[in-house]
Formats: sequence, C-alpha cells, structure tokens
Amino acid sequence: MSGNDETSFEPLLSDEEVQKVIRGPLPPGDYYLFGSDACVEGAIFAGCRYYAGYPITPASEIMERSAQRMPQVGGRFIQMEDEIASACSLIGASWAGKKAMTATSGPGFSLMMEAVSFAIMSETPFVIVNVQRPGPGQGYINSSQEDVMQARWGHHGGGPLIALAPSSVQEMYDFTVAAFNYAEEWRVPVILLADETAAHMREKLTVRPWNEMRVFNRFKPQDLKIAPAEFRPYDPYQGKTPPMPAWGDGYHVNVVGLVHHPDGNISKYGPEMHLDCVGRIHRKIEDHAEEIAQVEGRHLEGCRNLVVAYGSPTRSAFEAVLDLRTQGWDDLGFLRFKTLWPLPEKKIRSLVSEVENVFFPEMNLGYFIHPLKEALRDRVKRFVPIPSLGQLHSPDQIIAKIREVTGK
Amino acid sequence: MKRYEIRIAGFGGQGVVTIGKIAGVAAALYDKKNAVQTQSYGPESRGGACKSEVVLSDGDIHYPKVRTADVLVALSQMAQDIYLKDLKPGGLLIIDPLTVIKDAPRADVRVFKVPTAEIAVAVGNKKFQNMVALGALCELTGVISREALEKSISENVPPKTLDQNLEAFKKGIDYVRK
Repeated sequence: MSGNDETSFEPLLSDEEVQKVIRGPLPPGDYYLFGSDACVEGAIFAGCRYYAGYPITPASEIMERSAQRMPQVGGRFIQMEDEIASACSLIGASWAGKKAMTATSGPGFSLMMEAVSFAIMSETPFVIVNVQRPGPGQGYINSSQEDVMQARWGHHGGGPLIALAPSSVQEMYDFTVAAFNYAEEWRVPVILLADETAAHMREKLTVRPWNEMRVFNRFKPQDLKIAPAEFRPYDPYQGKTPPMPAWGDGYHVNVVGLVHHPDGNISKYGPEMHLDCVGRIHRKIEDHAEEIAQVEGRHLEGCRNLVVAYGSPTRSAFEAVLDLRTQGWDDLGFLRFKTLWPLPEKKIRSLVSEVENVFFPEMNLGYFIHPLKEALRDRVKRFVPIPSLGQLHSPDQIIAKIREVTGK
Repeated sequence: MKRYEIRIAGFGGQGVVTIGKIAGVAAALYDKKNAVQTQSYGPESRGGACKSEVVLSDGDIHYPKVRTADVLVALSQMAQDIYLKDLKPGGLLIIDPLTVIKDAPRADVRVFKVPTAEIAVAVGNKKFQNMVALGALCELTGVISREALEKSISENVPPKTLDQNLEAFKKGIDYVRK
C-alpha cells in the first residue's frame, strides 16, 4: 500500500461510535430489536462467521446487519452476484470449516434450490433464511407463507431437510440458533422460514446468559480419534451423521453430489449402493422426525375444535382462541408447529385425538393443511383452511370463520 | 394496563416508522411494558402510503397489530380516510390540519388538530414533524412516560439533530396542553 500522509478521510465512525461497537455476540440482557437484526445476532451467537447474499425485500435487512456485524466478530461478509452464487458459496465456506448463512425471499429462494439439493447429497450444513414474500413471480413485498411446500419439495430429488417457522423477535433469535445447531448436528441444510411480519417487527429480545444456551458444533474425525488413513467421508458415526473434516485438516475430503459409497467413491454404481446412499440420507432426518420436530399444544384435553398455525399467524390464531375461550368455548384447542419439516406424525397424533373441525389459518391458499390432513386422516371430520394473501390474519377474521363453520 | 393500540399513518418520509420505533423502545426498555412495533409500506422509498403501529400491554401481546385503535395519528388525508373506521368509539384522532383537510366523518371520536409541519418548520426543519406528533401523542395519551420517550429519542436520532428533535417533541407537548 502506498502511504500518503496528506490524504485525509473522514472516519466512517466517530470515536464514540467505535467505543460502542460490539466485538462479539450480543451480551446477555434486554434489547428492543428488529426481527431481522435478532436473526443475525442469533447466527453470530451460534458461531456463524460467513454471510454471502444478494439483497431482496423483505430480507435485505438481514444482509445489512450481517455486512455491519460480520467484520466486527472476525467473520466474512460478501455480496454475491446473485442468489445461486450466494448459496453455492455457503457450501464452500462450510467445507472450509465455517458456519455459513444467507437470507433471501421467494425469487431468490428458487435460485438457491440447486445448491440446497447438492448440500443434502453432500451432507453440507448451512442455514438459509427465507423471509417469504407472496408470489408467484415477483408477487409483492409483504407477508406470506407461500414457500412452505417449496422449502421441502422445491429442490430436485426430494431429499429431506429441516425447516423452522419463527413468530416473534425472540424466536427470530432463538430459532436461528436452533437452525445452526440442527445443521451441525444432522449435517443438513436448514431453512429458517420466516415471514415479513416477524422479520420486520420490533419487540423485546432477551439474550440469556451464554452458558445457558446450547451451541452444537459438527463432529470432526480428529475429535473422534479417527486416523486419516481409516477415514471414510460418508460413513455415519454411531448410525447418525458422518464426521466432517474441513479442507486442510489432513483428511481426505470428498464433496460429492453423485450417488456415492461410504468412502465417497462413485464408481461401481448399482441399485443397492444407490438405495444405501440415498436411503441413509433420508432416514437420517425422517427416522428422527420425532426427535427433531417441535410441536406445541394448548388446551388439547377434550378439544373438539382445533386451531392450528405456524409462523406469525400463530399469534393471531392464539389470540382468537383466547378470545373465544373467554366467551365459553371450552372445547377449543390450539396446536402450533415450531418446526415444519420433518413432520412428526407420531407427535401430532399423540397430541390430537378425535376432533370435529381443524381450522388452519395460513398466509397462502391452504398448503400445509395437506400434510396435516395425512397425519390426522382418521381423526378429523372437517379441515377448514383460512387463507390470507399478503396480510397477516386478524384474530377477528379467524373468529368469523370458526363461527361460520360451527354455526355457534 | 391491558391492551393499548396506537396507529401512526402518513406518507413515506414523514418519519412515521421512526416515531413508532422510538415509542416502542421507550415503552419496552424504560417503562418496562410489553411493546410490539410493526410497519407496512409500499415499494416506494418516499411518498407512498406508510403506516406504523405500536401495541402496548402489561401482559403478553399475541396479535402484534392493531385490532381497534385507541389512537390514530393521521399525517395525510389518505391515512384518515383509510384508518378512521378502525378507531375505537371514544378513541383519539390526532391530525395535521394542513394535510388532513376534510373533517373526520365520525362524531364518536375526540379530534385534536396539531399543525405538526408548521411547528416543525419553526423549530428549523419540516423533518421534525414526526417529533411534534410524538409530543402530542405523549401528552394526550399518557401511556408512555415523557422521560422514557426523551431517553429513547436521544438514542435513536442522529446526535447532530438531537436538540432540534427534543425541541420539536416539547413543542408538540406544549401545543396540546394549551
């Protein structure tokens, strides 16, 4: 660098502002924060040190905060040329040993599908935040839950992954931490399926003492005392996930998108090895659905009418349930999905016995009601979708539908 | 306090989201209430319709948006036209008479006309119009303490303009006291 002492620049930050820079995760305490900012702080706490992205409303604020915060915590921020490059660079960062994240919305999420599929096959952990906007096409820029099926089925090959749906600023933080833990533990891409309402909301965030929060880091072969000569890159440890070395750790690192043997070899193809490889990748998640998935119920004992929700409509739905219960609706229960994928059929069936009606407000035309129908196929008389496009349901909208259907 | 709902609406660029945020910080961090602030706006960065909402409560806030507003601050004619119907009977309507020209077609609400833009210009810049409105809101509702709001303003406006912002806020309070 050629020095020129006479050149003077106005500093980006004043001395006072420099003092305020937090050079680490957000310290424990209470904050009044924007949902998108809480998401980035959760990621930083979970150990994310790489962000690559391309801006899009309503997800751009996550990128802005990352651009500001990543350098402050020794991480890297890169604005990429598009969403394909953003998602693909997460794969590289992850194999370099870093926890990596990007955020996008509908159109960008579609472009990321190829990388998601590759990451499932190569068992590459990373987190994609999709702050959903309504579509199809460019749609609009307000709140939506229209990508709920795309998150699971949008990529080719149908491989399983994990998706979560936050509904508050606190959950934008907590669920992002959980997303990284899931990604690391199960070696899988994890989707934080947020919506504009939660991402653009300001609310109190309580950061708990750091030692009370759990952070999971991927197993590396060296931690498990596996010698480089004996290491087989896709051999699951204790039947769960294979340990994952980083480039430069001294292990044979084989990042494979083709059907492969446990040693990463792609030759000697046959239907048996195909089933072994892809079957294991499916079972890794789907056979542990009950352990991974989080579902929460309220007032389910003796419930005859059930309101189900996920993401921001959880808040409208729960308020509607409380309103009606104070008016004497003792048989009204509430079920909430914190995770969407994988779907825990046993857990749902253990919570819900025979009910008359299931009311399901979703900010789409009724998508997630289908897997729920399958899970509760013989237990429910009537499934009633309550759709809303481009706008969070009001409790009154939900109450009106419940009254209309039940005639009460 | 049970649930108290504030809606502030106008054009993008009038500082509608900023005062929502300032009110939220004041209520949540300094008055120790629960407070959720949400916003909605169109794809335009300035000039489009813009709305900001703050819901306050001592208890949990489930639905984060306004159901029936206790207060509506309307800084444009369109804001009054669209949102007046959601104002509670007996609710408070704060308008700027320069931009909201038509009288509110409801007899069951209390209307306060505060020339926010005019007062802001006297302070030094029309940009401080939102602070005048916030001052009026503070004094007329009493749901968020003045101290908390002043503290929150100090933390959320550029240091260079702090004095003018606080001055505009105070002028808003003084105007409705009269």
